[in-house]
Amino acid sequence: MANEVVFADAYERDLTKLAEYEAIGGYAALAKARTMGPQAVIDEVSASELRGRGGAFFPTGRKWAFIPKPDQNPNPHYLVVNADESEPGSFKDNEIMARVPHRFIEGCLITAHAVEAKWVFVYIRGEYTGPYEVLVAALEELKARDDILDGVTIVLHRGAGAYICGEETALLESLEGKRGQPRTKPPFPAVEGLYRSPTVVNNVETMATIPPIIDIGGAEYAKLGVPDSRGTRVVSISGHVKRPGNYEIENGTSVRSLIYDLGGGITEDRPLKAVIPGGSSTVILRYDEIDVGYDFNSLLALKTAMGSAGVVVLDDRCCMVQLGIRISEFYEHESCGKCTPCREGTRWMTQILRRLEAGEADQHELDLLLDVCDRINGKCLCPLGETAAIAVASYVDKFRGEFQQHVDEGACPFGESSPLHNVLAPVAMHTHSPVAVVPA
Amino acid sequence: MSELYTEVQRLKETYPDWHSAMLPALRLAQEKHGYLSPEALRECADALGTTPAVCEAVASFYDMLHLKPIGLHMVEVCTNVSCALVGAQQVLERFEQELGVSAGETTADGEVTLRPIECLGGCGWATIVSVDHHYRTHVKPEDVPRIVQELRNGE
Repeated sequence: MANEVVFADAYERDLTKLAEYEAIGGYAALAKARTMGPQAVIDEVSASELRGRGGAFFPTGRKWAFIPKPDQNPNPHYLVVNADESEPGSFKDNEIMARVPHRFIEGCLITAHAVEAKWVFVYIRGEYTGPYEVLVAALEELKARDDILDGVTIVLHRGAGAYICGEETALLESLEGKRGQPRTKPPFPAVEGLYRSPTVVNNVETMATIPPIIDIGGAEYAKLGVPDSRGTRVVSISGHVKRPGNYEIENGTSVRSLIYDLGGGITEDRPLKAVIPGGSSTVILRYDEIDVGYDFNSLLALKTAMGSAGVVVLDDRCCMVQLGIRISEFYEHESCGKCTPCREGTRWMTQILRRLEAGEADQHELDLLLDVCDRINGKCLCPLGETAAIAVASYVDKFRGEFQQHVDEGACPFGESSPLHNVLAPVAMHTHSPVAVVPA
Repeated sequence: MSELYTEVQRLKETYPDWHSAMLPALRLAQEKHGYLSPEALRECADALGTTPAVCEAVASFYDMLHLKPIGLHMVEVCTNVSCALVGAQQVLERFEQELGVSAGETTADGEVTLRPIECLGGCGWATIVSVDHHYRTHVKPEDVPRIVQELRNGE
């Protein structure tokens, strides 16, 4: 990994310390940005072709450019950082905040300069005690450094356990002290965000990528990666690999290489069955679809995405119906309940999948499952239900024979041998009997 | 004025709009009262300048805020896919055995609450067990007795 940007020097030095970070030129990019003026910084980031690392992959420079100028909108501007990383399979922001807190903070300060904000709110998920404490210590070190903070206030705001608060408008609701339910868009946050003021919402990794871009220049950064997916990406690899962990790769590296080179291959050298490429929300890849670049366009050709870069590797023992149950139960639990198709649909998906797993489903229920998925897609305020539907429908699509086998044999062909057998999800503790009755 | 009241005033001043102090205030009230009892909600609401109903409506949305009593210690086992793939269910079951409770329950002495939890964002270091909100990584069933012993000894 010769091209580390986000984690540059982080393995050789303890970059949680301000002195160490400054010793490698830390906060020089901030000083440089402040001599450039806001628009020049936005132009530089646009030239880098950086796209948001949270999952939506929206061009960062363009997002910043949406913020109205002070003469167009007199309200104060806010920068809100989405550190609510909760996507199953993703754990990159966790390590970024823990390892390079100052690079992350420097990125926040450069962004605040670019969008002319005096307040930065870092919405960090409540469970992340470790990274939170690292950030508290880093900010403590900066307390007396007016040359760095320059009148910008950084507030660490801790979430309280809700996946949906990773959706930017739900995050803003939560930050305003409410239940974290998504807002209707438009207006978009750039126009009416936090406290109904112009707000930029950016991901942690995006922020940590900004200082290197200002440092080396946008054009230089854009030499890394492939068209439409420039630069590097921190990829979280987990599941059945020998060396799980976060790896910073150049965009376009093949999925095979992620699994077999970085990940060290499948645990116990078993056969690969499937890969979830970008966190639980993404369309699954079959074992024979991994010779594909890990970048936007290559994955789009297979109707999937990098998402939040959580690569989950599954070996040949895994039952895809069981996987569907666990994923569906997750979304059922995390649905905020605002939109009916998501709230009811995820529950229906779980129930049908449970009947399939128990061998009690009729042929028509397999079609019903896909029908329920189809009735969620595109019919909600936010993507939560939709991603559940897309993910589960992809398991059926790519492993249809296995789902059919559950119907034909009236039993799960894997049963207890699958590591996903009978896993207790939080939602299953209280809400429904194991096998529901589905009307004909 | 109570200590909570004073601390909540400080929290309100942290933000341009006091409403943003809701989650930190609820967290604080929970820490002081053990859980968000009717008394805790009342005290929190008074300090914020709102009603207990508003506090309860918000608190009920979030997994880390508890409207029912919980144990002095909290053990949360991630059972999402990445952890499940490497044996999270067996870890959860071992905790059930060692603690003598089912998942979702609190031990009879009120010491420990055990529950499964959704992805904790530590998938590469599975199985993740959050013990009093600090992560234990790479937990295997055989590690469980030691963790329970540490909790019992108040470590």
